[in-house]
Amino acid sequence: MNAAREEVEDFLYHEAQLLDEWRLDEWLALLTDDAKYRVPSNDAPSGDPADTLFLIADDIQRIRGRVERLKDPHAHAEFPHSRTRRLITNVRMVSDTISGEMVPDTICVHANFVVHRFRRGGKESQYVGRYRYLLRRVDGALRIALREAILDSEELGRLGAVSFIL
Amino acid sequence: MNERLVVNDPDRLDFRVHRAAMVDPEVFEREMRHIFDVCWIYAGHESEVRAPGDFVTRSLCGRPVILCRDGANRVRVFLNVCRHRGAMVCRERSGNAKGFTCFYHGWSYDRDGNLDGVPGESSYPSSFDRRELGLAQPPRVDSYRGFVFVSFDPQAMPLADYLAGAKEYIDLVVDQSPTGEMELIRGTQEYTIRANWKLLVENSFDDYHLMSTHKTWLDYMKKSGVAIPKPTKGHVMPAHGVGRALGNGHAVIDNENFRGRPVAKWIPIYGEDAKPEIERIRAELVQRLGDARARRVADTNRNLVVFPNLVVNDGSSVTIRTFHPTAPDRMEVTAWALGPKGESAKARAIRLDSFLTFYGPGGFATPDDVEALESVQQGMATWREIPWSVMTRGMAKEGEQLNTDELHLREFWVHWDRYMRA
Repeated sequence: MNAAREEVEDFLYHEAQLLDEWRLDEWLALLTDDAKYRVPSNDAPSGDPADTLFLIADDIQRIRGRVERLKDPHAHAEFPHSRTRRLITNVRMVSDTISGEMVPDTICVHANFVVHRFRRGGKESQYVGRYRYLLRRVDGALRIALREAILDSEELGRLGAVSFIL
Repeated sequence: MNERLVVNDPDRLDFRVHRAAMVDPEVFEREMRHIFDVCWIYAGHESEVRAPGDFVTRSLCGRPVILCRDGANRVRVFLNVCRHRGAMVCRERSGNAKGFTCFYHGWSYDRDGNLDGVPGESSYPSSFDRRELGLAQPPRVDSYRGFVFVSFDPQAMPLADYLAGAKEYIDLVVDQSPTGEMELIRGTQEYTIRANWKLLVENSFDDYHLMSTHKTWLDYMKKSGVAIPKPTKGHVMPAHGVGRALGNGHAVIDNENFRGRPVAKWIPIYGEDAKPEIERIRAELVQRLGDARARRVADTNRNLVVFPNLVVNDGSSVTIRTFHPTAPDRMEVTAWALGPKGESAKARAIRLDSFLTFYGPGGFATPDDVEALESVQQGMATWREIPWSVMTRGMAKEGEQLNTDELHLREFWVHWDRYMRA
């Protein structure tokens, strides 16, 4: 599948904006109907969720449930919502695949991220890591088939939780 | 510390916990000496080290330790510290090694902990004896059905006596395995909570908070087609459950299952394609254990607290969770998933997926628990104005106590108080 780096970068920056602004329904619309969202455990960054405990390993049903939950004020960990600011860099389109899955008509994108998260009372944290995406073109537009956020820290530690969409 | 921190007066139906217990640095220091240095503390699971030379390192009660298999295939726990100057002899998370070498001056130890290499040994006088300088072990190390514990108190009672009624609930975990063995699954959730460790003890088996704290999880379950019955009269939970004291400060909530179990109760959230596998697991269970025991294993959920800091949640998945305080308002939590050794790839995938819906830093419930505990800890700043937390739910009842009562919390606190005053 063909895509220019500029198109991919614009797509990722647009996604980051939607997430930072908590426009979660619009974010959902960027996903394919079989999308997956994963955050591996810090000590097993290249595991497979079928045999390895992750922090998050959502199929599309649970992604939709996650968004539904995050929009509800009863999602106490994110109410009031965290303020986040995502910095995405080192964007590369690569030929390798994720988890050995050979998926036709997709491109694999790697990017680095720093997500700053702020909550009231001086709580500040930085989530640092890299994204691995599988993007697919649906009706001409890029869509996310897989989105994996791999944290660099040795343990989740003081980050505490991944309660927002990382 | 002159004031009593736990008031337990059954005649007046009064049970209170002083909030200084959650904020006072002196209380914290005393806990480290009178509880964590005295009790049996969960160190790890035997399946983490499968072959001679396998090791994992972690921190227990503020001390670096190595859990490993020695040359004779025995599970050992060593203090991760060189006898020479005190550097850690192993700084890797896990692996397999012929032994451990301190990088500072090069002293080396074999798998059995013997000191087997001292550079320039000839410069030591005749008083130097390698045999006295092997890796040290905690005074007591023992295991129960794969769960390895240590005690830093040489006089600690035998582990089996210490575990008391908690053994029954560990047995219910292990009975899920056709091979008679459970194993730790790869992937570790390690996170900090900015709250006092005892708040997590309470939270781990406090079903009273479920309906309000975890409303979004219940909503998700409902929308996914899981039947969530309306609480019947006198209940606040969808299903009946009891709280039980198990002796020595251990306690459990033991609930009729409504939330599904990998072993072995299917719910729609697992997907239609998981149904045959869950039914197969159920059939094996009935055949191996008989109908009554199979129902006991597979139709109830148990949240077990082994005093002071081990939690085994045996329900939506099997979770081992342990936590060590590093300050009055801070704890380091480690959580793992446990599964039957040799379970099918399909069953393992169902187990892990079911784990993540509720549990862990990215689950639909645990982050809200963490938020609740941190909120409590912030509230504790008013402890001088509002010194007491009331803990009397169920206290006037004869006989059975509900999972939403507080008998099990009181059991923990009564023993906490006993240790602290010893």
